[in-house]
Amino acid sequence: MSKVIRLKVKRRDNPNQAPFWEEFEIPYRPRMNVISVLMEIQRNPKNAKGETVRPVHWESSCLEEVCGSCTMVINGKARQACSALIDHLEQPVTVEPMSKFPIIRDLQVDRSAMFNTLKKVKAWIPLDGSHNLGPGPKMSPELANERYEFSKCMTCGCCCEACPQFKLDGPFMGAFSFGQVHYFNEHPTGKMQEDQRLDAVMDIGGLVDCGNAQNCVAACPKGIPLANAIAELGWDTTKRAFKKLFDE
Amino acid sequence: MAQPKVIVVGGGLAGLMATIKIAETGTPVELFSVVPVRRSHSVCAQGGINASVNTKGEGDSPAQHFYETVLGGDFLANQELPKRMCEAAPSIIYMFDRMGVPFSRTPEGNIDFRRFGGTLFHRTAFAGSTTGQQLLYALDEQVRRYEAEGLVKKYEGWEFLSGVMDDDKTCRGITAINLVTMETRVFPADAVIIATGGCGSVFGRSTNSMICTGSAASSLYQQGAVYANGEFIQIHPTSIPADDKFRLMSEACRGEGGRVWVPRDGKPWYFLEEMYPKYGNLVPRDVASRAIHKVVHDMGLGVDGEPVVYLDLSQLDSKKVTQKLGGIVEIYEKFVGDDPRKVPMRIFPGMHYSMGGMWIDDNHMTNIPGLFAAGEVDYQYHGANRLGANSLLSCVFGGMVSGPEAVKYAKGLSRHTTDMPQEIYDRELKRQKEYNSRVLKMDGKENAHVLHKELGDIMTKNVTIERHNDRLKETDTKILELMERWNNIGVEDESSWANGELVFVREFYNMLQLARVIVVGALARDESRGAHYKPAFPDRNDKDWLKTTKATYTANGPKLDYEPVNIKYHEPKLRNYA
Ligand SMILES: Cc1cc2nc3c(=O)[nH]c(=O)nc-3n(C[C@H](O)[C@H](O)[C@H](O)COP(=O)(O)OP(=O)(O)OC[C@H]3O[C@@H](n4cnc5c(N)ncnc54)[C@H](O)[C@@H]3O)c2cc1C
Ligand code: SF4
Ligand code: SF4
Ligand code: FES
Repeated sequence: MSKVIRLKVKRRDNPNQAPFWEEFEIPYRPRMNVISVLMEIQRNPKNAKGETVRPVHWESSCLEEVCGSCTMVINGKARQACSALIDHLEQPVTVEPMSKFPIIRDLQVDRSAMFNTLKKVKAWIPLDGSHNLGPGPKMSPELANERYEFSKCMTCGCCCEACPQFKLDGPFMGAFSFGQVHYFNEHPTGKMQEDQRLDAVMDIGGLVDCGNAQNCVAACPKGIPLANAIAELGWDTTKRAFKKLFDE
Repeated sequence: MAQPKVIVVGGGLAGLMATIKIAETGTPVELFSVVPVRRSHSVCAQGGINASVNTKGEGDSPAQHFYETVLGGDFLANQELPKRMCEAAPSIIYMFDRMGVPFSRTPEGNIDFRRFGGTLFHRTAFAGSTTGQQLLYALDEQVRRYEAEGLVKKYEGWEFLSGVMDDDKTCRGITAINLVTMETRVFPADAVIIATGGCGSVFGRSTNSMICTGSAASSLYQQGAVYANGEFIQIHPTSIPADDKFRLMSEACRGEGGRVWVPRDGKPWYFLEEMYPKYGNLVPRDVASRAIHKVVHDMGLGVDGEPVVYLDLSQLDSKKVTQKLGGIVEIYEKFVGDDPRKVPMRIFPGMHYSMGGMWIDDNHMTNIPGLFAAGEVDYQYHGANRLGANSLLSCVFGGMVSGPEAVKYAKGLSRHTTDMPQEIYDRELKRQKEYNSRVLKMDGKENAHVLHKELGDIMTKNVTIERHNDRLKETDTKILELMERWNNIGVEDESSWANGELVFVREFYNMLQLARVIVVGALARDESRGAHYKPAFPDRNDKDWLKTTKATYTANGPKLDYEPVNIKYHEPKLRNYA
């Protein structure tokens, strides 16, 4: 018998339906990843019992692990399906949607909470306008490199999925937002809004709720130094709290 | 006068830049995107963005940048917009700098620049190896700020279906479908900017993102928008073929001594070194692509009978490889699972970029009044071939031009969308809803994804590196056959919630239409220019073909017209990098 890939998908057609597991067997080819297996199911939507089923629904775009779309829980760990190589996974491969975000269908979840959090923490530089005002502030290569590490956050949600404090529909903001606050506070112009960002992470669901278990650090596929951000923000928010105390 | 209403479709660099420019005038914007805009395809760009800032004191200038852009495009680009783009480039880099993009820096703290193809100057600004991601995020953040202020309303997870045209063939809005609730709705507007990116999916697998379907552009083409220079498709010589896509593999590998070979008679055959003893593995991109194409498709020597050749670093000192090519080697390890220091990499040329696109004038307006286009979806700027790191620039610049032009147009209208009879909106909405119902009822024998693969395979084989008229005709026949078979698709999913199949079947039809534009345009153009290479007509022919292809939709297929190229600044010269 020729080799097959066994894939178990946790499915549901809509949020109101109870989830169920469906198994697929796909002819093996070398160098496949989870996305190419899902694509194969689209071309031949039959489950392991040979029944014709609805093709699996999922989200993906870049297929280069840079857009963050295709995050799902594969063999128990939240990661990107496009860089999950079948040859490196134990079979049957189980794939399920992330559990910390509202489900849409099959493997797709709704991560708009993450984008809303970026609004809340003012994750931007307050620009006077996009017209020509000359270059920005000079910056040492060291600072540029340090900021670069944080700039790679692709809002994928792995850090949220792994975090004991982050709960479905809960207020906790998630480690990525701490990384982003740090990223903008480090910039000479962004620093002008530092207090507003610190106030945002001192609000409900902010840094105080972080148990510092650092699951997020291990979960981040981009190796973002979240522990540094959390530590520095801890210090900055303490200073800010004192300042507020004395100002009042 | 009431506030004009402007819609931007697409939230890559072009769409976001246009949105910012419009919001800055105090005009509200509705922004549509199939994915959250922060996940748009622009995120993939690694290399960088060009601007002649002359940081290294080499005497570089916007004029030089402009000339090289025109030369790189083999003189097919109209010269007005590229000139303005190159002049604006330094201020664009400064804008991103002020937005906080972590550009790589010089010891003095200035933005650093590196060299890229088609130039001798250090002209490319970069942020590590993820420049596109950082530029996209910077614009996304500014747009989020306007969103928080209420000036921008985002429709993320909505797919554009069609334009709404009034009885004078003026664009008055769009229809779109919500990809979760499947609600189809009409959105009135005084001006619409299309910034939906490239069309990689027409070739099945490419270096593009999955969402680069060209569907929006094709839909508008079928509604009367002219599509220009569709036949010009850039192929990247070294990408990693996989079942799901082609991932870019940097040219730096060959620069550091990587050798290209295939097994022949049980021994490695270093065909580039044998065919081009002088340049060897470092022949220019198009030459390398053509040689690989020949060895695989004409001689049948692909590795294991597959369209694959080896790019070999394993004979090099592995420490040196780690030191010089670390990041690149990592990409290969991550996605293929092999260590290029030990085993040769499996590579093949891959479809990369569409120089052609929606026809626009120098104000970025299409031939349909009120309908604008910017970014990879438009056809200006790159002529017959795009220089590396010029695309991010043209997308941003296109957004900067189209945004304010759309506002100006909308403000100058004598009749606004609010003055339009409801009938024009109702009839387009009805047409789209009927189309959806029809697709949901399709219960034929064909699988849309299998048909898509067939389209991709033949387009990749016959319409990329080398083009022969007989094979182009065969491809067109095949596309017509696929259009027939499209009618016999069975949609395995009849649900009215997050139905990706419904959307894909519609996108696929649009891909087929766009594929015809590309193929028919290529068939007609009997010359070789830039990325378009016909062995039977190996030279550029300015006498007959220094002109822009303009394809108009008819029920019998694309009708081709031509218009002269604006060459007012530089007369065509031979393109020669030897
Ligand atoms: C791997 C790779 C590397 C590259 N590297 C470089 C580089 O280093 N330098 C360079 O200059 N160029 C590079 N390019 C090219 C460049 O990245 C693209 O040309 C550019 O990003 C396109 O930007 P855009 O704004 O036109 O569209 P995109 O960024 O493609 O955005 C399109 C937008 O339109 C939306 N959309 C599409 N269809 C619809 C629809 N029907 N309805 C609603 N919304 C829709 C999408 O959701 C998205 O928001 C590279 C390309 C690739 C593939
Ligand atoms: S440190 Fe722990 S609690 Fe804090 S964000 Fe990370 S995973 Fe969550
Ligand atoms: S911090 Fe890391 S894990 Fe969290 S969203 Fe960003 S990239 Fe993903
Ligand atoms: S598809 Fe973009 S990260 Fe996987």
